[in-house]
Amino acid sequence: MDAFAYARPATLSEAIGLLGSSWSEAQVLAGGTDLISLMKEHVDAPARLVNIKGISELRRIREESGAYRIGSLVTFEELLGHAAIRNRLPALAEAAAGVTSPQIRNMGTVGGDLLQRPRCWYYRAGYGLLARDEKGQPLVPNGENRYHAIFATEGPAYFVSPSSLAPALIALDAKLTLHGHGGSREIAAAGLFAIPKSQGDREHTIQPNEILTEIAIPASAREWRSATYEVRQKEALDWPLATASVALKMDGSRISAARVVMGHVAPTPWRSAAAERALEGKPLNEETAAAAADAAVADAKPLSHNAYKVQLARVSVKRALLAIHSGSPS
Amino acid sequence: MADYKWPPADKRALIGKRISRLDGPWKSSGRVKYTYDINRPGMLFGRMITSRYAHAKVTHVDTSEAEKMPGVKAVYTFPTSSEVHWEGQEIVALAAETENQARDAARKVHITYEPLPYLVADAEPAKAGAQFTKEQSARTTGDVAAGFQQAEVTSEGRYGVPVITHCCLEAHGQVTEWKGDSLTVWCSTQYVSGQGAEYSTGLGIPANKVEAICPVMGGGFGSKFSADAWGVACAQLAKKAGRPVKMMLERDHELMVAGARPSMYADVKVGAKKDGTLVAWDSQSWGTGGPDAQGGGPALPYIFRIPNVRRKHTAVLTNIGPERAWRAPNHPQMCLITMSALDDLAAKLGMDPFDFFMKNIEITGARSASYVEEMNIAAGLMDWKKKWHPRGDKASGPIKTGVGLSIHTWAGAANNSNCAATIHPDGSAEVSMGTQDLGVGTRTVVGIVAAETFGLPLEAVTVNIGDSKYPPAGASGGSSTIGGVSTATRCAATDALNKLFAQVAPSLGATPDQLEAVGGQVRVTANPSKGIPWKQACAKLGATAVTATHGTDRTITSAGVGGVQMADVSVDTETGVVRVNKMVAVQDCGLVMDLKTAESQVYGALIMGVTYSLFEEKIMDQQTGRCLNPNMEFYKLAGIGDVGELVVHMMTGKGYDERGPIGLGEPPVISPGAALSNAVANAIGARVPELPLTPNRVLAALGKGGMA
Repeated sequence: MDAFAYARPATLSEAIGLLGSSWSEAQVLAGGTDLISLMKEHVDAPARLVNIKGISELRRIREESGAYRIGSLVTFEELLGHAAIRNRLPALAEAAAGVTSPQIRNMGTVGGDLLQRPRCWYYRAGYGLLARDEKGQPLVPNGENRYHAIFATEGPAYFVSPSSLAPALIALDAKLTLHGHGGSREIAAAGLFAIPKSQGDREHTIQPNEILTEIAIPASAREWRSATYEVRQKEALDWPLATASVALKMDGSRISAARVVMGHVAPTPWRSAAAERALEGKPLNEETAAAAADAAVADAKPLSHNAYKVQLARVSVKRALLAIHSGSPS
Repeated sequence: MADYKWPPADKRALIGKRISRLDGPWKSSGRVKYTYDINRPGMLFGRMITSRYAHAKVTHVDTSEAEKMPGVKAVYTFPTSSEVHWEGQEIVALAAETENQARDAARKVHITYEPLPYLVADAEPAKAGAQFTKEQSARTTGDVAAGFQQAEVTSEGRYGVPVITHCCLEAHGQVTEWKGDSLTVWCSTQYVSGQGAEYSTGLGIPANKVEAICPVMGGGFGSKFSADAWGVACAQLAKKAGRPVKMMLERDHELMVAGARPSMYADVKVGAKKDGTLVAWDSQSWGTGGPDAQGGGPALPYIFRIPNVRRKHTAVLTNIGPERAWRAPNHPQMCLITMSALDDLAAKLGMDPFDFFMKNIEITGARSASYVEEMNIAAGLMDWKKKWHPRGDKASGPIKTGVGLSIHTWAGAANNSNCAATIHPDGSAEVSMGTQDLGVGTRTVVGIVAAETFGLPLEAVTVNIGDSKYPPAGASGGSSTIGGVSTATRCAATDALNKLFAQVAPSLGATPDQLEAVGGQVRVTANPSKGIPWKQACAKLGATAVTATHGTDRTITSAGVGGVQMADVSVDTETGVVRVNKMVAVQDCGLVMDLKTAESQVYGALIMGVTYSLFEEKIMDQQTGRCLNPNMEFYKLAGIGDVGELVVHMMTGKGYDERGPIGLGEPPVISPGAALSNAVANAIGARVPELPLTPNRVLAALGKGGMA
């Protein structure tokens, strides 16, 4: 780890003032479950760390102005401890519960989950986000890509978005608030993520001088039925192999609107319009779920060693839908 | 000649009882010092700079900038550093005032490489090419062609196990400190008494100038016998700096270089008569054992002495990392290959593998009668006959269940150990030996044997181990420790006791050979009421303690153990995820010294077995030659929720006790891979040919004719 300056501001504006115009100048420290590892491995080396854990206003969950408002410093365990989220937003609660290791659930924050960096082993070994060797050749397509993307595999990014909560938040139509020098802006959850196109690009649209402060889920989300399903090999500390979060609005026995978002399958959370179309207007049953699952992965283009993930993504979508189905008061 | 025989069951106060380990409270309270916890006055921190290449000439090493870095006190270049054969191989080491200074300075060492061809794949010999292969052994017994002509049913398959690492929870490493020309080494080692010779070779100093100290350790599994290049480097740094140095391996380095278990793959054809009688075996096997192809070909088939056998083995020379012995070297690999092939043959025969194994149990040789007993006990504990079904669970839904079994063997003969037993005039008693406790309960067992012999409670005996100043003991490898330490302790304690009896006998009006020490009394065997308390007896020694030293006694220990394991799994045929429901292990090891630590050994082996069966794999990148998962995140290990219900049954009593103590550390880790692989095949109706049994592989097997 390189030496760095450390600041622990007490207010948001003070914190923003400590950020810079580039990632190498300053970065935000929250739970620390990811950034510290990156710094130890010299994958990242910000000159200053701005620890925002002292900003208590970011640690609250409120129901206000027609939305569930979750501060970015809320931990997974705090999220799981909130009755309304547990009962009304099952897709989010299930995604949070899926995060392995009590240590990470206790320390890790909602904001950190959204902003953690990819787990791609080439990236973590110092080959950059686009995982290229000294000659600029991409390592993933001909390398060990068992855990890599099955969508958007035309490149140049092959890693998968590691966020557990993002697919659920997108399915629940969440909005994110970003605070910067000039005030705040609100974006759709999906808008936080972008596929990097060149070396130096990031996979997040947040700027180096902004802080993610709040995640707002519209109160109307409770009228939707939602679920998350994760395929994971281990119960103990591990990443899911594929996940799906789905939210359905029912009109009687028919689906009037659907959102289907897969995780760990592409450089961003991966929403499937085809799966949503396959659901809308249909009754929710095994057949519809299977058809939507097939539609969700129809465009998948796996790499040399991860065709199995297409099956896992399909099953994730199907089982998330069936979880809603079996929970339905039919 | 003294009588060293083990006491009969009705006379055992401690041996074979369920006794908690002596060091449990020290460990759980954090009081005991592991090597990493040792901090000496003025101690420096060592750091290694290692190869980024799988194979390269090191053309230039420039340490000048590093030497000027703050806090740097010594720099050492490894003598073997002109050519490196794997990523992580040591090139330079340095020592600095703080860990951070050492890390920062390490980044200022500049090394120039000339990359050389490498192979980091578990490739078949044909794909690896002549440069990277070495035919190792070919052997034929009987007449293989005639054997297969006799065979009415044959089965062919490919089976394999990848390279895995030892992943010791406590990394390799040491603290070294010089006093004049004498060296003290606190090290995590499986061979305390041997470290003198190790450092002597590396440093050119007399072995008796080295004291090695290792009171407790966090696992070795066969990877911690040597001082290692880093041990010698640490001592050299300490010498140069004139200060103690601590240098422990980082987790990534530990996974890259501190032990690669060789892979093993085989194409097998095996045949039997319709009634299940095995008649012929033919296998071509290959495996990687690092760049030098040490070891030798596997003895396939494993355990079953099939009358007609042809086997050929080719070593694939790789740059994956140096091979080290891994808990029961070669056996888990040979077991997986053999028991999978036999299980597939049983499926083709339409036989329950339990019946098939029993049909052929005679050709397992000397342990066949024990296997029969163990098979029946295991079947009872697993409810095998109720759970087993022909291949492919017919239950509706994606979750399929299945059961599988395997048997294994291991020698476990005693090492050469020496014990000094002392009885003091104040009634205290101690035993000393330069053995080590790898975390398995050796310290406790030494105490149990001494206390049993003296007729005292366990707490009354002080056990001194883990220091080379004590009488030399053998390396803890090959499950040889128990036979060595328990017999040496038994003999030394008996001899010391006889010396005490000689002093006490006149006062009891008896001869020394008429006395016994039981229940804290020294008394006349034929007239138990005629005795005196232990302390009073010891007071008769006057001012002088009695001591006796004795080595391993092979007349009260033996070799050769067996075990049977059964696994019950659920497989999600839509995701390929395997869950362990239950594992049953039935194991013999002669006379059990401590039932609790013996069972713990088997529990640990099952957990390690589940881990290598489902998760472990050293993943190498062919393009860069580097290891992609040198961390606890992607070098996957089972957690408590992944291991299922574990049932352990130790064989005791007639047929076992009279064999004396025999090694147990390795045998129970041999079968889990085969038992789990067979259980998955039983569940899904298809063989997953290679470990680990990942979703990827399970789904591939299902695609090839499973019942998705």
